[in-house]
Amino acid sequence: MLDSLQQIIDCAEKTNRLFWEVVLEEDMNQRQVSREQSMAKMLTVWKAMEDASHNYTGARRSVSGLVGGDGLKMRQYNLKGKNLAGGYVGEVIAEALSMAESNACMCRIVAAPTAGACGVLPAVLLPLCHREELSQQQILEALYVASGIGAVVAHRASIAGASGGCQAEIGTASAMAAGALVALRRGSAAQIGHAVAITLKNLMGLVCDPVEGLVEVPCVKRNVIGAMNAVSAADMALAGIESRIPVDEVIDAMGDVGRRMPVEFRETALGGLAVTPTGQEVKRRMAQE
Amino acid sequence: MDIFDILGPIMVGPSSSHTAGAARIGGMARALLGGAPVKAAIHLHGSFAETGSGHGTDRALVGGLLGMKPDDLRIPRAFEEAQKAGLAFTIDTVDLREAHPNTALLEVWDAAGKRLELQAASLGGGRILVQRLDGIDVSFTGDYHTLLIRNQDEFGAVAAVTGQLSRMRINVANMSLCRRSRGSEALMVIETDHKLRPLQVDALRRLGPVLSVTYYEKEEEADA
Ligand code: SF4
Repeated sequence: MLDSLQQIIDCAEKTNRLFWEVVLEEDMNQRQVSREQSMAKMLTVWKAMEDASHNYTGARRSVSGLVGGDGLKMRQYNLKGKNLAGGYVGEVIAEALSMAESNACMCRIVAAPTAGACGVLPAVLLPLCHREELSQQQILEALYVASGIGAVVAHRASIAGASGGCQAEIGTASAMAAGALVALRRGSAAQIGHAVAITLKNLMGLVCDPVEGLVEVPCVKRNVIGAMNAVSAADMALAGIESRIPVDEVIDAMGDVGRRMPVEFRETALGGLAVTPTGQEVKRRMAQE
Repeated sequence: MDIFDILGPIMVGPSSSHTAGAARIGGMARALLGGAPVKAAIHLHGSFAETGSGHGTDRALVGGLLGMKPDDLRIPRAFEEAQKAGLAFTIDTVDLREAHPNTALLEVWDAAGKRLELQAASLGGGRILVQRLDGIDVSFTGDYHTLLIRNQDEFGAVAAVTGQLSRMRINVANMSLCRRSRGSEALMVIETDHKLRPLQVDALRRLGPVLSVTYYEKEEEADA
């Protein structure tokens, strides 16, 4: 079941259930666990995301020294009240930076779907929790939606930068976040599908080109575009805007693009930003240390 | 792959393949050795060799050898912890030719001088695949409870083991038999759905053709 989003959507519509319930039942079947066991585990995931966010101070720096402190900078800037993005989106940017920095600085995070893209999903959820009274149940439901989306992309395409480029990591994380947002606003299963399709289309082809092979540059800031893309796609889907290409076809196309992506753009640090003069300079400097 | 491979693992950054998977590989070596190693020679291949130190692969492997899970906050300080725990280790790079790009070869010794050699790949998302054990090609992930049974390669060896398992009502999920040459020692790798109790592992040890049994219990779920 978790190999086609259309199948999940059809199943939800036919059996009069919500998207998240279909995913929950799949998990219960697959892992042979009860509803309570599955939801308890999902709660652990959510608590770990919250803890990771609370523990961010902005003081830590990554191994290369290139990453750290930007989440804090963004937060301070937001507080001045003059940011262009506005309240919620400003916080989304700050949270995405903070979480991705925490990962680069060897703090504890939740891979979603990967460690490099761990900031995207919590970045859209946590600020919403601060601004609105969301129940724990609602959050868990949104997380099931996100995980179901990620499972389908993993099955049909890829969620690893080394095999599918950054579209597979940040792109998938963005799709998961978009679906979670639509679910939180009580959008339909079909609207979740459209949000996922729109999200993935907009990041298709994104290459994985980390400087010195480290999950730092451009990874941390790409978490921001993943989160922003999710917010806009979710709003579009909730407005009734539809993807002209069906969601499973979009995922298959993304898989195809990933497979045909030259190896230089798949986490090898042999192309893109990694081979810019500055990227190479970082490499030389680190080799000396 | 299940939905908690998508939302998870809960781990210390920065990379599920280079950090979380590495911690699991170290943990697997410790479990199969059957206790705390006092000495380890760590050999890194491919991408592990190239970007391992920037990703904390080295510290995660050592952390795993010390029994740290992928979410253990002591992983960044694993080298210092090793000193405290009395684990002496070396780290170098190795070319294992065809091996998966994220591969580590570990040689570990316990205080009694028992040695174990394990080669494992980190497949992404923190999942691992053990590919060689003491020179024998194997293939298992640690996603199941796993029995490694060394036996004399003779008639009835497999039947004796599977018969005993079925009497104990332990369901076999996957099973493979690996050996260096015909008639020599063989290694059964049996992944089970059920946990085995120590008494049950002992019952397998007492079977005629069985030379030794190592039991790996899969990582406990994060909930509860
Ligand atoms: S650039 Fe590569 S390593 Fe960085 S987030 Fe994207 S896929 Fe992950």
